[in-house]
Amino acid sequence: MKRFAALIDRLIYTRSRNSKLALIVDYLRHTPDPDRGWAIAAMTESLDFPAVKAGTVRALLATRVDEELFRLSRHFVGDTAETAALLWPDAPGAKGELSVSEAVDALAVTSRSDAPAVVASLLDRLDADGRYALLKLALGGMRVGVSARLAKQAFAQAFDVPVDDVEELWHAIPPPYAPLFAWGEGRAPRPDLKDVAFFRPFMLAHPLEDESVDLADYAAEWKWDGIRVQIVRGGGETRIYSRGGEEISGAFPELVAAFDQEAVIDGELLVRGEVQGGEAASFNALQQRLGRKTVSKKMLADYPAFVRVYDLLAVDGDDLRMLPWTERRRQLEAFVPRLADSHFDLSQVIDARDFDDLAERRAGARDAAIEGVMLKRRDAPYVAGRRAGLWYKWKRDPLTADCVMMYAQRGNGRRASFYSDYTFGCWSDAGELLPVGKAYSGFTDEELKWLDKFVRDNTLNRFGPVREVEKSLVLEVAFDSIHSSKRHKSGLAMRFPRISRIRRDKPAEEADRIATLQAMVT
Amino acid sequence: MARASHWLEPHPSGLYVKPADLWIDPSRPVDRAAVTHGHADHARSGHGSVFATPETLAIMALRYGVDAEASHNQAFAYGSGFERGGVRFSFHPAGHVLGSAQILMEYRGERIVVTGDYKRRPDPTCAPFEVVPCDIFITEATFGLPVFRHPPTADEIAKLIGAVRAEPDRSVLVGAYALGKAQRVIAELRRAGWDAPIYIHGALERMCALYAEHGVDLGELRLVGESDKAEMAGQIILAPPSSLNDRWSRRLPDPVTAMASGWMRVRQRARQRMVELPLVISDHADWDELTATIEEVNPKESWITHGSEDGLLRWCELHQRKARALHLVGRDLEEEA
Repeated sequence: MKRFAALIDRLIYTRSRNSKLALIVDYLRHTPDPDRGWAIAAMTESLDFPAVKAGTVRALLATRVDEELFRLSRHFVGDTAETAALLWPDAPGAKGELSVSEAVDALAVTSRSDAPAVVASLLDRLDADGRYALLKLALGGMRVGVSARLAKQAFAQAFDVPVDDVEELWHAIPPPYAPLFAWGEGRAPRPDLKDVAFFRPFMLAHPLEDESVDLADYAAEWKWDGIRVQIVRGGGETRIYSRGGEEISGAFPELVAAFDQEAVIDGELLVRGEVQGGEAASFNALQQRLGRKTVSKKMLADYPAFVRVYDLLAVDGDDLRMLPWTERRRQLEAFVPRLADSHFDLSQVIDARDFDDLAERRAGARDAAIEGVMLKRRDAPYVAGRRAGLWYKWKRDPLTADCVMMYAQRGNGRRASFYSDYTFGCWSDAGELLPVGKAYSGFTDEELKWLDKFVRDNTLNRFGPVREVEKSLVLEVAFDSIHSSKRHKSGLAMRFPRISRIRRDKPAEEADRIATLQAMVT
Repeated sequence: MARASHWLEPHPSGLYVKPADLWIDPSRPVDRAAVTHGHADHARSGHGSVFATPETLAIMALRYGVDAEASHNQAFAYGSGFERGGVRFSFHPAGHVLGSAQILMEYRGERIVVTGDYKRRPDPTCAPFEVVPCDIFITEATFGLPVFRHPPTADEIAKLIGAVRAEPDRSVLVGAYALGKAQRVIAELRRAGWDAPIYIHGALERMCALYAEHGVDLGELRLVGESDKAEMAGQIILAPPSSLNDRWSRRLPDPVTAMASGWMRVRQRARQRMVELPLVISDHADWDELTATIEEVNPKESWITHGSEDGLLRWCELHQRKARALHLVGRDLEEEA
């Protein structure tokens, strides 16, 4: 537990992604099985011990520490696991010698009634840092900024294996991933994944900048504003993966139930509605369904999800990924009718005469609230990641608005000394400036220096890391779309806002009005 | 015996000693102030007369332009004091920072001690805390919750030295309050054998010089502003906490941000400060020191001032000790703890 406790402690304070990666790589290389597997599963929130809950820990603490002192401490610290770790009295002779796997074994088999005694005996073997690690392991919510993607990259880097292979194997092998480590260290062949609902890394697109393409070589499809998903059925089990390879099956039980074919599809998950081409709701509506572990009947009824399918990666046991798009498309068109049309439909190919015709249709798509156009090379296989020249995303030109900077906040990592996150607003009818969004990109390093100086020279108020500034600087903000939102006072929420220009020339009074932005709402 | 409630009045702006017409650590200008130590939440400018230790007066002269030589201000060495209005005042070491004192007041057979801020563990930059028996013990409670148990200082210093040695191309920038904490970290580093020059922010210069004049050996200090970026790689740099993530730090070689404070015990606190290397080094008593000190002093009654009063009050209740909380204003100098 000592090494694991030290690792999570360092991860908590490390902000740069590369430094986090280096810490995990080092840990994976130098920690034996099965500890390293359990550790990485814990960091990526892939462990669950149903018998141990925050309430268990609170009740347990009450046997050793005055309840009022626990309550006051918990209030100050803001985290049950950390409070408990600090308050639990050191047992005489506790040396911190408890392996991660010993802890996992004990927690996994405990019942609700035995849990307090089991957790107490484990806590008694550890020091404060070890207790923190143990309680985070048991309760989840590690919050060390390690995504599944980062963990996979660390694995690939630690054992010098292709990250695409790791991606694929990761979801097929349960923690503590012993066959994966054996393969990584060259002690065993690549694990066989027949009959397992595993994740295939997504094929991604480059943005289309100024070039044009020949539609004889590329097929065009609308780019829908939902979330990219992969649905896999294998070994009698259906799983839904998001773009990062995280499993999100729990949030969409109706799709899991409806997908009854032994196949792997790639598509856009949307919610039914009347915005996007009159067929799907805005991204805002979809957001109501995201990030849930369970879903109420009302949610299912209010925000019915469906998938617009655009690729077929495997069917009936055959891997299609090496086939050209044209052939996969032919099989896809034959396959989609096998699925329930209540939950799955086919993404249509845009029948454009030539590139200019396509450009015209794309420009006209603004009202339909479609994100843009996808261009897919007809002879390209389905390959993981972003490869030059195969797929392009050609987003609509962004919308823009002239907004006034209101607040600024310091950035992270390399930008920790710069005020680099800006909240900006537009004028209400009553002449009040209301925040409409927040952006932290789009400017050059030189512009950042200038903006940082502007913030420092024009500070009105300080609220912790945030500064309120003189409402005098106009920023031209670009964004993909804008939606109504109850969470913001302005009633508006921008999608992908970024600073496109600093308008030093423009007086703040001439910035846009809320009403102007409302007219752009989709 | 006099009853304290008749002669010592707690006000939000400080403690008023009625028979002597004198305030202790008042947060606004008054005619007569006895001051426990030089931190800004205890020592202010603008008083008519100041009564304090010579070191505290020197610090007040440096920070607030108080005229330490003026006849209306009086300096008292530890163990000595003065009498006014029938109250006998004396100063006793508090172990918090250079010159910090507890103030003992004796009046008609009753003894009251005001600790100001204090700690119990050894500190090479100031005299150690002395237990002064009393009837009423007026104690601070900055870390008055049982989650605050400061680890051994030597371990934290070893962590700091380990971090510098681990990445010789980088530097470690330690945020440390300009009065007390900075000098203590430097002195502890020297004690641990770190004899390289230590680089300091300009805001620390005069206080470090004052400590040196009072016989605290800080070794060779260099100003960051007068040093090459390359020369500071693999070195330790000290700055006030407010400069940690500020423009000033851009001149340092890829600094690891550290902070020396008792608050660093709590992970989320350290994260909020964007600290990469938290060092739990405090000039305040931790929970065990607070509770052990009350037991050792064994007063009839404890008055708890600034910090987590509720936690310490609860402890007194659980241990059948009479206690009350005083609510003084302006006593949370978070940066300094």
